[in-house]
Amino acid sequence: MAEVIWGLATSHVPSIGAAMDRGKTDDPNWKALFDGYAPARAWLAEHRPDVAIVVYNDHANGIDLDFVPTFGLGTAERYEVADEGFGRRPVPDVIGHPELSLHLVESLIDDDFDLTVFQELQVDHGFTVPLSVWTPDPGDSWPCPVIPLLVNVIQYPQPTAARCWALGQALGRAIRSYPEDITVGVLGTGGMSHQLAGARAGFINPDFDHMWMETIETDPAKLATLSREELITQAGSEGIELIMWLVMRGAMDDQVTKVHSDYFVPASNTAAGIALWENRAPQPAA
Amino acid sequence: MSTDSGAGRRDLPGTPIFDGDSSRRGLRMNKLFMSLRHAADRERFLGDEAAYCREFGLTPEQEKAVLDRDWQAMIDLGGSIFYVYKLAMMDGRSMQYLGGVFTGMGEDDFLAAMRAGGRRDG
Repeated sequence: MAEVIWGLATSHVPSIGAAMDRGKTDDPNWKALFDGYAPARAWLAEHRPDVAIVVYNDHANGIDLDFVPTFGLGTAERYEVADEGFGRRPVPDVIGHPELSLHLVESLIDDDFDLTVFQELQVDHGFTVPLSVWTPDPGDSWPCPVIPLLVNVIQYPQPTAARCWALGQALGRAIRSYPEDITVGVLGTGGMSHQLAGARAGFINPDFDHMWMETIETDPAKLATLSREELITQAGSEGIELIMWLVMRGAMDDQVTKVHSDYFVPASNTAAGIALWENRAPQPAA
Repeated sequence: MSTDSGAGRRDLPGTPIFDGDSSRRGLRMNKLFMSLRHAADRERFLGDEAAYCREFGLTPEQEKAVLDRDWQAMIDLGGSIFYVYKLAMMDGRSMQYLGGVFTGMGEDDFLAAMRAGGRRDG
């Protein structure tokens, strides 16, 4: 059976990718953010999975408003990096894993999650920035094949936090029922608190973010009870992206071991969080 | 049936919610913004912005908002911030610039507030 070996939660702010692409990671406005990534990156480099799944949302690049799938999964062999308007990021295209994708689609639909299936999909910063947070220098290819799992977070009504949590749990079951013995890393992306439009633009809520960071490790089901309105009030209109962390967390075991976490304000208009967990219960001290 | 049923539930001051009604009103304008990903379309847009707006079927109010770069009006008329941002990027404007417009603070003060830890309610 396949096994989830780690979960990585990270913001996907485009300027994080731009800072890396333009060699500004030592800039005083950015250095603390990238220093905060270093321990997670070092651990991840030693724990390369066979496949990764990135739970993310598109931002007017891979999909239009013609149709807004609440949940979608890519089944392609390859995902091209989108040109969002001024040239694509200088990072590799993404190699997929169609066999696992098709297994996930069938398992999830049998588990009552009626996903939209993408045979072609260009991936934008919501997808590539988390890969860069994981692997800053991918060279010609990312560390392993990657499967996109799309969540609509930009058009109300977004799926509920409870539904994202349940999807994550179903995703975990689907991964464990894959017949091959492979390892899987799951990335939950977006957040943390931020709001881009309106008189409340620039809203940041560190208390909420710290509560979320702690509780998603210890009692994620509690976060799944938050309504959209509570999330938008507490985390800002775009902070609702945090529901994608619940998909990742749901695919993991009840007890996980934190490897590293960090929090940084601001990445552009956003509170940037990173948290990495190994998918096993804490080991008693020797 | 009211188009804003449930609006009370999500009536958070200073917080535009891009819901189904906004998306329906803004669809043509958002499609225009999405087209600006392509260099050839940006050139055509800049060649005759009004004609480009009419080609996409914008309402007169939406066309005026786009031509005037009235960012708040674009949001009010159904623009999604992620789509409106395509036009801002084409103009060389940042999300901090837009934050300065939406809050009335101006870009410099908005950026300073973000670097000081972000803005709070109340």
